[in-house]
Amino acid sequence: MSLSKSGDALSKTSAGTNQAEAFSLSASMMEMEAMAKKLRRHIITMTGKAGSGHPGGSLSAVEIVTALYFKLLRHKPLDPKWSDRDRFILSKGHAAPLLYATLAECGYFPVDELTTLRQLDSRLQGHTDRTVTPGVEMSAGALGQGLSFAIGVALAGRLNLQSYRVYVLLGDGECDEGQVWEAAMAAAHFKVDNLVAIVDNNRQQIDGWNRDVMNLDPFNKKWQAFGWHVIEVDGHDLAQLIDASDQAKLIKGQPTVIIAHTIKGKGVSFMENNPDFHGKAPDAKQVEIALRELD
Amino acid sequence: MRETYGQTLLELGRESTDIVALDADLSRSTMTQLFAREFPGRFFDCGIAEQNMVGIAAGLAASGKVPFASTFAVFALGRCFDQVRMSIAQPGLNVKLVASHGGISVGEDGTSHHAIEDLALIGSLPGFTVIIPADAIETAQAVRVAAASYGPFYIRLCRPRTPLVYNHDYSFNLGKAVTIRQGESATVIAIGLMVAEALKAAENLEREGINCRVLNMPTLKPIDEVAIINAAAETGAIVTAEEHLEHGGLGSEVAQRIARHYPVPMEFIAVKDTYTKSGKPGELLQRCGLTAKYIEQAVRSTVKRKVTQAV
Ligand SMILES: Cc1ncc(C[n+]2csc(CCOP(=O)(O)OP(=O)(O)O)c2C)c(N)n1
Repeated sequence: MSLSKSGDALSKTSAGTNQAEAFSLSASMMEMEAMAKKLRRHIITMTGKAGSGHPGGSLSAVEIVTALYFKLLRHKPLDPKWSDRDRFILSKGHAAPLLYATLAECGYFPVDELTTLRQLDSRLQGHTDRTVTPGVEMSAGALGQGLSFAIGVALAGRLNLQSYRVYVLLGDGECDEGQVWEAAMAAAHFKVDNLVAIVDNNRQQIDGWNRDVMNLDPFNKKWQAFGWHVIEVDGHDLAQLIDASDQAKLIKGQPTVIIAHTIKGKGVSFMENNPDFHGKAPDAKQVEIALRELD
Repeated sequence: MRETYGQTLLELGRESTDIVALDADLSRSTMTQLFAREFPGRFFDCGIAEQNMVGIAAGLAASGKVPFASTFAVFALGRCFDQVRMSIAQPGLNVKLVASHGGISVGEDGTSHHAIEDLALIGSLPGFTVIIPADAIETAQAVRVAAASYGPFYIRLCRPRTPLVYNHDYSFNLGKAVTIRQGESATVIAIGLMVAEALKAAENLEREGINCRVLNMPTLKPIDEVAIINAAAETGAIVTAEEHLEHGGLGSEVAQRIARHYPVPMEFIAVKDTYTKSGKPGELLQRCGLTAKYIEQAVRSTVKRKVTQAV
């Protein structure tokens, strides 16, 4: 497997005895930290160029997605439909810039293509679309549907006796949706232990802080009460994210949720904890400042 | 119809392990229980959570399974239009929604349970194939065709036992209308329960010297344009009959084709812009003007307009 040109800082695990490992990118901590910064820069330049898009909720989930794609997932960027791949399902489809940047850096498509975000005829749609973008598992954009979809994917894996694992990323605001809790109940009922939900718990949504818009607390207790194994981590700490995912592999008979505490807009001073940048792109000047901060 | 669906699904399950079934606490009514009893490992009762059921079905389809998801027609679309739209239609996933209890012949359960908008909703979604079988024989075949064809399907069944319209040698052809009765004076295009009513009407009209063609249009989408245009050209008058609102169902679909290709007088047998109430199925069909008698009136009126317009 070859990595895209800007992905060459990463080394592939050379000789896995089991085939599965051979396909994970297994980057070092330092490489992943560098990658996280690179992804943040992409998010800024992509949305800046497009003139629209969602930087805030993309930036908050950078470490989560980095840990998955460069360490945890078994996947083949040159064979996106490989049937034994681990699945990453982005339920909060507005974080598309982050997913596209990651997929490009893994080699699913050229990094140059990132500048086409949101343009006519681009493969990089405003919200994720599984019919056009290599590596995108789910068409999303209307919130609240990804956990259900992920259960279906996990059940199919179980029925097919496949060992893939399914990771689904939800927003915390997204958890206002009733369907999320229908799915939470069903995942526990069906005992889908090959499923991990990760909540990007940046405590903000569009209209402001979760606690002011629609209070979710006690969030972890809600998941517990629905029958989930709950792990809370610092969502910007790669080591904690990786540990939690490894720990989830040992949990049998119930699904695991990782509540990842994050900061919306993380890494760019004027975007951090600022709901204004939920769905607004930085202008040219702001792009310049942001990139300087992310140098 | 429902028993036939349950039985056919069970047979399909025996033929392929890729067939899976989902329900939302209505498996005794939709008859997915037949499948559930034999294949508990491939049956997922999602509880009273239709949106989640639709999402799980989409995920299963995205992973190579052929999910049949069933509930009442009011809930299948009314409750989860957004889920059907984004999780199934937009990515074009191979999910088969089989909705029972379509139309007003649901009867006594009343307004909340009368599915009179579902065809308009599903018809608005690009890529969906929509089938409304006229009887049990057609149901069995439609379900099999849906299983064998890749892509999203919506199959609408009704609650009451329906008279057989077809013989056992009938062969369902996806996307093709079926001429059940020949005629030159006018054409009644009907779906579901209304096909049997249309046949009754045609027999009665025969005695008045009106020779009515009866077309069943089991595939509402993609609709058989050729059959519609031929009917207009050869009979000069069209009446549609459906157990659905006048808006957005069979009548609208046919009228668009008629307007574009071959304008002739038309009438619409359908639920007018109103909600229905509790009652026996027959009483409700009568109250809403969905019986042979009303089809006959509509045919007479189009035939009359045909003559006056020609003069
Ligand atoms: C069903 C639905 N309702 C509303 C929206 C509009 N919307 C897009 S993002 C968003 C807020 C999401 O908040 P959260 O899930 O916390 O995401 P994050 O803060 O991580 O970006 C809303 C309301 C939507 N996309 N889908």
